[in-house]
This record gives sequence, structure tokens and C-alpha cells, in this order.
Amino acid sequence: MTETPPPIAALTDTGPTAPPRSQWRDVWDQFRSHRGALIGSIVLFVIIAGVFLGPLVWPYDATFIDIRARNQGPSWAHPFGTDQLGRDMLARMMAGGQTSIAVGLTAMVLAVVLGALVGVLAGFFRRLDGALMRLTDLFLSLPLLPLLLVMVLLFRESLNGVFGPERGIFILIVVAIGVTSWMPTARIVRGDVLALKEREFILAARSIGTTNFGLITRHILPNVMSPIMVSATLGIANAIITESALSFLGLGFPPDFPTWGRLLNDAVQYLQDYPERVFWPGLGISLTVLSINYMGDGLRDALDPRIRGR
Amino acid sequence: MTLKPLLFGATALAGFATVAQAERGADGHVNLIYWQAPSIMNPYLSGGTKEVEAASLVIEPLGRYNEKGEMVPYLATEIPTVENGGVAADLMSITWNIRPGITWSDGTPFTANDVKFTAEYCMHPEVGCAQLAKYEGVSSVEVIDDLTARVNFSQPTPNPYGPFMGGQAPVIQAAQFAECLGARAQECTDANFSPIGTGPFKVDEFRPNDVISLSANPNYRDPAKPRFATMTFKGGGDAAAAGRAVLETGEFDYAWNLQLAPDVIANMEKAGKGVAMSAFGTLVERIEMNLTDPSPSLPEGERSTAKHPHPILSDIRVRKALSMAIDRDLLVEVGYGKAGLPTCNLVPAPEAFASDNTDCLVQDVAGAKALLDEAGWTVGAGGIREKDGKKLSLLYQTSTNAVRQDFQALVKQWWQDIGVETELRNISASVFFGSDPGSPDTFPRFYADVEMYANNFDGTDPQSYLAGYTCEKAPRPETQWQGENVNRFCDPAYDELVRELGRTAALEERAEIAKKLNDMLTKDSYTIVPLVHRGRVSARSNTLGGVALNTWDTELWNVADWYRIK
Amino acid sequence: MLTYTIRRLVLAIPTLLFISFVIFMLLELAPGDPMAQVPLTVPPEVKEKMRLALGLGEPTHIRFLKWMWQFFVVEPMMLTDWLFGTTLAEGQQRVLSWQFRSPVMDVIVQRMPQTLWVVAMSYVVGILIALPIGIYSAYRQYSVFDQTGTFVTMVGYSVPPFFSGVLVIVIFSVQLGWLPSIYDTTLKVVDWVTFKKQLMQMVMPVMVLALQTTAQISRFMRASMLDNLGQDYVRTARAKGLSEWTVVMVHVLRNSMIPVITVIALGVPSIFGGAIITEQIFKVNGLGQLLITAIEANDLPMVQTVTFIIAVLIVFFNIVADVLYGVLDPRIRYD
Repeated sequence: MTETPPPIAALTDTGPTAPPRSQWRDVWDQFRSHRGALIGSIVLFVIIAGVFLGPLVWPYDATFIDIRARNQGPSWAHPFGTDQLGRDMLARMMAGGQTSIAVGLTAMVLAVVLGALVGVLAGFFRRLDGALMRLTDLFLSLPLLPLLLVMVLLFRESLNGVFGPERGIFILIVVAIGVTSWMPTARIVRGDVLALKEREFILAARSIGTTNFGLITRHILPNVMSPIMVSATLGIANAIITESALSFLGLGFPPDFPTWGRLLNDAVQYLQDYPERVFWPGLGISLTVLSINYMGDGLRDALDPRIRGR
Repeated sequence: MTLKPLLFGATALAGFATVAQAERGADGHVNLIYWQAPSIMNPYLSGGTKEVEAASLVIEPLGRYNEKGEMVPYLATEIPTVENGGVAADLMSITWNIRPGITWSDGTPFTANDVKFTAEYCMHPEVGCAQLAKYEGVSSVEVIDDLTARVNFSQPTPNPYGPFMGGQAPVIQAAQFAECLGARAQECTDANFSPIGTGPFKVDEFRPNDVISLSANPNYRDPAKPRFATMTFKGGGDAAAAGRAVLETGEFDYAWNLQLAPDVIANMEKAGKGVAMSAFGTLVERIEMNLTDPSPSLPEGERSTAKHPHPILSDIRVRKALSMAIDRDLLVEVGYGKAGLPTCNLVPAPEAFASDNTDCLVQDVAGAKALLDEAGWTVGAGGIREKDGKKLSLLYQTSTNAVRQDFQALVKQWWQDIGVETELRNISASVFFGSDPGSPDTFPRFYADVEMYANNFDGTDPQSYLAGYTCEKAPRPETQWQGENVNRFCDPAYDELVRELGRTAALEERAEIAKKLNDMLTKDSYTIVPLVHRGRVSARSNTLGGVALNTWDTELWNVADWYRIK
Repeated sequence: MLTYTIRRLVLAIPTLLFISFVIFMLLELAPGDPMAQVPLTVPPEVKEKMRLALGLGEPTHIRFLKWMWQFFVVEPMMLTDWLFGTTLAEGQQRVLSWQFRSPVMDVIVQRMPQTLWVVAMSYVVGILIALPIGIYSAYRQYSVFDQTGTFVTMVGYSVPPFFSGVLVIVIFSVQLGWLPSIYDTTLKVVDWVTFKKQLMQMVMPVMVLALQTTAQISRFMRASMLDNLGQDYVRTARAKGLSEWTVVMVHVLRNSMIPVITVIALGVPSIFGGAIITEQIFKVNGLGQLLITAIEANDLPMVQTVTFIIAVLIVFFNIVADVLYGVLDPRIRYD
């Protein structure tokens, strides 16, 4: 009678058969199974490898002028054709890509980090909300062009002195774009945080004594990832285009320094005669933005435990 | 005897024919597009070309320059000269006779009083008149009678055709502007937007920086003109869009100043809707050499001043070598096509004033290299020349403009070929051409080694243009960095010759002196390296007749004669 | 909520005064010269006199106070005069543009019709297209519709209007000859014919601008919907037998609107900033063109006034957004 009945087979604990998996492993598996994200990563990798390694093997220099070969269509010597001064378009695309991708990514990261930081702080701490949001209003109100001109006036010479002309201008451009484009992200993130922090799971986390820092990093941030991701992808396109606008002000890189935005801009007046010249830089920008967008999608899905493993 | 009736018949017939087909307003509507939009209709308050052009539809001067640069009377009966007694023998005054019977568009008569008032208006110290230079040296304007006005000068003036001559100095109506003298000029919005004029059109509605609607002036002096009843003067956009609207889509009849690459214009013309016209004035695209040291290591206030001569460019051999390395024919081909001519002159026109200087037209790379060797600049690491451990490296700045950036790239490559390293910089035109003393990027401030832009002079006399290169016209901190002599060129012999030009009346002698001055700046010193004599390209539709592209006055100088080709 | 709104509105006044001061100082600091567009043939001495005539000789703080007086006192008096036929502003100097020598507000009013027709219309069109695309893309994530929508909007967003504008002009005006390439701002809509004309000239700029708006808003809508579709309350709603329409369009949509409302509210003031590049390409000459030409000409009173009006709108619409958050999600508490 005292003998315990044999447990029902289905109810016995057998212990996990698979070895334990880390959370990041799961994320990676989910990311890998996302076709768009995979293709996006490959395309982005190819573009980055192309623009940074390509110039090592390609014989033409981006600024070398061969005036007899100007306005040529695609050929074996110049697969992308040449421009109005006979510069090789492939070489220019590669050189331009280096700058545009570097500027686009760095400026986007700066803007998104700044925006997310301001947004989370303002949304989470009520005491900071007023001040930070008035600051955001102020930055939204400042006219962009005069602001940029003032930045050049104040910082160009000193940055050039400290970092040398090229790096100095790079820093100036990245900061200029970053500082003038974080505000929408900040407001969007704040809006979401305001709603999130009233949810039950935050209350639960708080009640078990989670610190504010823990609340923000473990509970708030993962839940505002998707608007941040969207801001980031849109921000990259924005930064690449804004860079080309800056060069008009004399704020950008020197005029013989190609970037995708500038190539696109220069080519617009030749749109009817040499459409391929608009096509390549346009394609470069679009492909970069699209692949980052798909990577963002994949990352978002991978980070969402509700979707993961579905 | 048989000839007379024949002649009579012919004139009668001709007269009949013109009356039959030419009637005011018979040709309906005409559309003009200026890609820079006019902001005001009073050229005395805005010196901008676009405002001068727009205003010339409505208000007229006493005389204009025609498309050949000759003076023709408009509201005057003839151009006063020393020969016909209109200009006093001592060059102290000029007397204008006004054509009888001219009325303003409101029907009131045009008199010498209006002429006198115009001078008073512009010369008032508080107006801030943009065309004050036109009235420089004028001591008074006297009304002799209703149809005669005399302009008195405070000193002998060999070129008395500043006031009331050309589109920049039209006559405004005394009655309308009487309340707008002095500081109040700024507040007279109605008068500034729709001035009453004697010209072929009158303003119906003026929308600043957007569009002007005009209609034929019912009181215009020629009853058969203008042939168009109404006009739309649209502004804004960019040169390519303006060219497209006339040459490709045919929406507009006339597009002003198409600064576009030559092959772009040629391709637009292929659509067959219109033609691009070009004409040459005095505009010269040039590279200016900085004779002072712009190095950022110098203290502020001494940078780019006569205190420190330029370490590289003070040597004429370097300047000459830089000029020799340039292929001007190619620059023209790439940048301007039929709207450009290679030139070595600062004053390329009119013919009488143009020097025969052509040495620079042939590119001479070997010669340039030899000259640099001679100057002690030897080829160092990376093919860049060095002297005493200093690299031959220059900062080359200009305004943002597609053609200028192409020029920069080409010149950089040529200079690289002779061992000169060049750093390029482009600056937004609104900063570069301004003279904000707080900005280091303006062209008179010249914090660079060489800079490129274009300049010209009004009318046909280069005196004041050449006088801009005297020693005291150099921009420096004391002048708030204002001044035309951006090179900081200073040669007492040049200053003396400029003074002599101011005293000389005979045209031939004036031309001789002007040529000498031109040569001193260009081939004798290579302070200024002219590149391209730039023409003006404008487009008209195939159905617009009577257009004579004029670079000496406004492009709309003969708009009364325009008609629709049927 | 009401006290919060009132507090925010009251607080907006010092904020705006501060913003106007910062803008003024920024414009003062920025390099530039109202005489930059005067030809080089006009001698520097004459340009200096012209600057003095514009009042540039006076010290900065005097000019700032003058602008404040003119903008906050004289202009509202002008408005009352115009509305009620009074003569309060008689003889008072208004904010004058340096380019036009005419009251800044008159020109701004003149630019309103084309700005509203083109820029505001494109914004409305953009939102109307974007919301359904965003909702459906999220609902059917990774369907053909979603993939196509993603592709088109992202390509559309990464292609700048200085390219897409010229492209549509070349196609529809030059090649096909269907649509005018130049916007006629003097056109008044009085009957069918003029209405049709107005539609024809609006199509291209509205298309180009709406593409950007659509791309942006639909991405945020989709992302936000996706976040909410996986939530527990959706399962609950479905479990209690609500129709799919009600679940998605009422429950999920309402909870997903917060970021979208933010983006829309951020965009409304920019309507009044105009669409600089697109307006230039199609010669719409709205407020965007007014602002950019004023900046290029260093017409400080104009730039100051237009940017300040935009600042007022920014502050106002951000308040509106904050209030809407509370309406959409009653759990949000400000007090």
C-alpha cells in the first residue's frame, strides 16, 4: 500500500535532451532563418567589400581626368561609363561609396543613439521630460542651413587643425547631420516609453526591485526597438542625401571628392542624355538602404521572444 | 518726276501694311521665365540683375545700349556728345533733350522734372541706392525747361553716360515716388512693386520672388506697340528647368541666362521647340592670385594682408607657370561651348578697349615646368615640387556651381602635371559673394591662395572696373574687408595710369591706357589669370520674333518690338 | 488632462520667446550678407550704404527688440485692422523684408494658397495612402503585398526629390507632354476648366512629395502594428469572439497609433516650411521657396519670421501629440 505507484510515463522529467542554448544563439538562428535579413546582409557585405576593396584592384583613380574619354557609355574599359570630364564612373562609385556609407552609418548611429537616449530619459523620468522636450522643440525649430553655416564657421578651422583636413571634415559632417536629425527619433521613442512605463510588466519588474537602469535596458529598450530600427533605416538614406546637400554649402567634402549623393546630384542634369549616370549612384543608395532595412526587420524579429521560434 | 509717285506709293503701301498687321496687343500673350525670380521692381533698391531686367519692361532710361554696344536714344531725342554740343566742352555737364509727347502709363506727361527727381531720389543719403555709382560725381541736375535737363558734374567727366543711361538707371515718376524720398523709400511697397513707367508694359500684379503679370501700356509712345497684350513673367526654379520649359516642352517663350553645360543645351535644342541664342559682353571667368599670405598660422588681422607677401605666389614665375599649364580651349569646350571664348584679357570687349594679348592661349606644360625649375622649385616626393622644405601646395576656392567645379577638377589635374598640389574648396554663392566681415569664406577676404569667379563692367567703358585694382582698394581689416582689389595688387605706376585715364577724354587715348592697364594686370604680372570670355545664353521659342540678345543693357531692352511669328 | 494642456500652453510662451531669441542669434552669427546677390559691378561703398539703409547699422539687441515689437504688437494690430476695419496700426512700421521692402506677412499670406494646395495636399494624400499600407503590411507580414510595399517605399524614400522630380518631368512633360512642368501660381479655380488645370499642375509635385511621406509613415505604422499584433490582449480579444476587423482596426490600431501620431505631428509644421527642393523643381514658389530664397539672400527679417512661425507650429503640434497620447492610451498620466 505504501508503495508509490509508478509515475505515468508522460509526466516523468526526462531532462532537456538538447544542450542549453544561449539567448544570442537563438537570436542568431532566428535571424539566419529570415530570408530577407540574410539576403540583405549579403548584399550589404558585398557593397562594403566592393567599395573598400575594389579600388585596390581597379586601375583607375576616381579623380583622374581623361578628357578624351568623356561621356562614354559602358564598355570593358569603363563598365559604368565615364562622366563629363572622362573620369571612370566605377572608380567614382567605389570612392563615393566609401564616403557615403561611412557618413551614412556613423551619422545614423549618432542620431539614433542621441535620439533614443533623449527619448528614453524624457519618457521615463518625468522630471527630465519638460526640459528635454523643450530642447527638442528648440532643435526642431532651428533653421537648418544657417545652423550648418554657423557650425562650419565655428569649427572647421579648429577641427582641420586637430584632425587634418579630411578627418576634420568627416567629423564635422557626421556631427552636423547627427545633431540636426535626432529629434524625431527622440519624440517617437518618448511617446512609446510614456505608454510602456504604465504597463503591468513594468510595474511587476519595479515591484521586484529592478533598478531604473535595469528597467530601461531590460524592459523598456527592447520594446521600443522597432521604431528605433525604422528611424535608423530611414536615417541612413537621409544622411546620405543630406551629405550631398551639405557639399553645396561648402560644408561638405572638397568638390573633387566623390560621394553617392553628389554623383546623383551632378548627374541629374544629364538625366535625358546619359541616364545610366543617375542609375548607378541611385542604385547604390537604394540597395544600401534596402539591405539595412531588411536586416533591421530580421533583427527586430529575432529580438522579439514572442516571434522567435515561430 | 516719275520717281516721286512711285516712292510715295511705296511708303503709303508700307505704312498701310504695318498698320494692317501691327496693332497693339494683337499677338496676345507671351510667357517669360527667369530662373532667378525678381524680388522688387525698383532697380534703385536692389542692384540685382533680375530686378533690373524685370523693371526694364516698365521703366525706361533716356538712352540705352543696343546689342552692338552702341548708345541709342530712348526717351531722349538723341545721345548728347561733345560733337553735337550735348556734352559741354569742359566735360562738366551733359544736356539731355527729351522726346516730346511722352506720357507715363497713367496718362500724365513725362517731363525733365521726373529726370531731376530720379537723381535726387537715388542720391539721397538715406535711400541706400544700389545704383549710386551711376550718379557718382553728379553735383546737380537742372531743369532747363519741360523737355530739357542738364546734369552737372563736380569735376570733368570724360564718360558722362552714367546717369539715365542703360537699364540700371531708368527714370521714375516724380509724382509716384515723391513720398518715398530718403528713409521712407524702404516702406513704399506699392510704388516699389508697381512703378508707373513709360515702357511698353505696366504691372498688373507683382508677386515678389514668384510671378509678375503685366499688360500693354495703353499710353506707350508707339501706338502699334507692344504687340503683346499681356505678359507673364515667371521666376524661380533652376536654369535646366527654364531651358526645358522653352526648348523642350514649349510652355514658355523666353528663358533668361541658361547657365548649363553646352551639351545639355544642345540636346534640349534637338526637341525643335526653340533656339538658344548667345551674345558676348564683358564677363570674364578668371583665376585671381593672392599676393599676400593667407596662412592660418598668422594672427587674425594679419592674414591675407600686405604685411605678409605670399610665400609662393609672390614670384611672378610661379604665377606665369600656373597660367601656362592651363588649356583654355578645353575649358571653353567643357564648360561653355558656343557661349565662351578663350581669353587672356581682363577687358575682352568692346573691341576698341581689348588688348591684343594672346600669349596664354596655347598650353605649354614643358615651358611651365622649366619656369618652375628656374624659380627653384624642384620635384620632390610624390611628384610635388618643393623649395627650402616647403611644398608647392595651393588652396583653390570658388563658389558652388557645376561648371566651376569641373574647371577646378581640370585645373587641379593640369597643375598636378607640373608638380603643383592643389586643395579644392567650394563655398555657397550666398556666402562667397557676400562681404560679411564675420565670415572667412568671402571672396574679398580671400583666405585661400587662388580663387575663381567671373566679373564684368556695366556699359562699354572700363574705367571704374580697372580703377578697382589700385592700392587703396585692397580689402583689409581697416576697410571691413571690403574692396575690389582682392589680389592686394599694388603698383604705383598702375595707380598713376588710372588717374591719367580719369583725365583723358579722347576715346582712342582712353582705349590705349585701358589696354596698358589690362596688360599690367594680366600678361605683365599674371596677377589675374583670365580663363574664359563668357557669353550669355538665352533661349527663345521658335514662335517668338524680334528678339535681339543684348549683353550691354538688359535682355528685354527691345521687348516692345517682340512679336509672335505666325 | 485639461490642466496639463493649459499648463503646457502657458509654458509654451516663454519657450517660444527663448526660441525666437536663439533663432535671431543664430542668424546673426551665420555668415552671410544681404548684398551677396548684388552684382560685383556695384562698388563696396555703395553696398555699405545699402546695408545701413536696411538698418544693419544698429546694434543686435536693438534690432531684436524692434523685431519683437513689430511681430508681436504691430502685426496683430494689422490683423485686427484688417478684420474689423480699425486703424490701430496706422503709421507703425511692420516687419519689412530686405529683399522686397514689403511687409513679410503679406508675402507669407500670398504664398499660402499654393503651399496648401501642393504641400498640405501631398501630406494628406501621403497619410491616406500610408496608413492602409502600413496596417495591411503588418497584418500580412512577409506576404507579397508586404514585400512589394516595403521595396517600393524604401526605394522611394532613398531616391531624393531632386532626382524623382526631374524624372517625372522628363517622362510626363517632355516625353508624353501630358502635364505642365511649371506651376502657375496665378491660376484661380473658378470653374471646372480651371479646376482641371489646377489638378493637372498639382499631380506631379504632390506625387513626388507624397512618396516621401508615404514611405516614412507606412514604415512606422507597420512596425508599430507588428509590435502590437503579438501582444496578449490581441489573443484575448480574438478569444472572446470579436471580429477580425474589430480586433485589428479598433484594438491593435489604437494601440499602435502613438509613434504614428508623433511622426504626423512632427510633419505638419514642416508643411508650412514648404518642400524646398520639390517646390523649386516644379516652380511652385510656396513657403519653402520663400524661405530658401530668403536664406540665400540673407533676408534676415523674412527668415526670422518664417522660422518663428514654424517654431510656433512645432511647439503647438507637439502639445497636440502629447494630448493625443493621453486620449489614445488613458494609462498615460502626465500629472
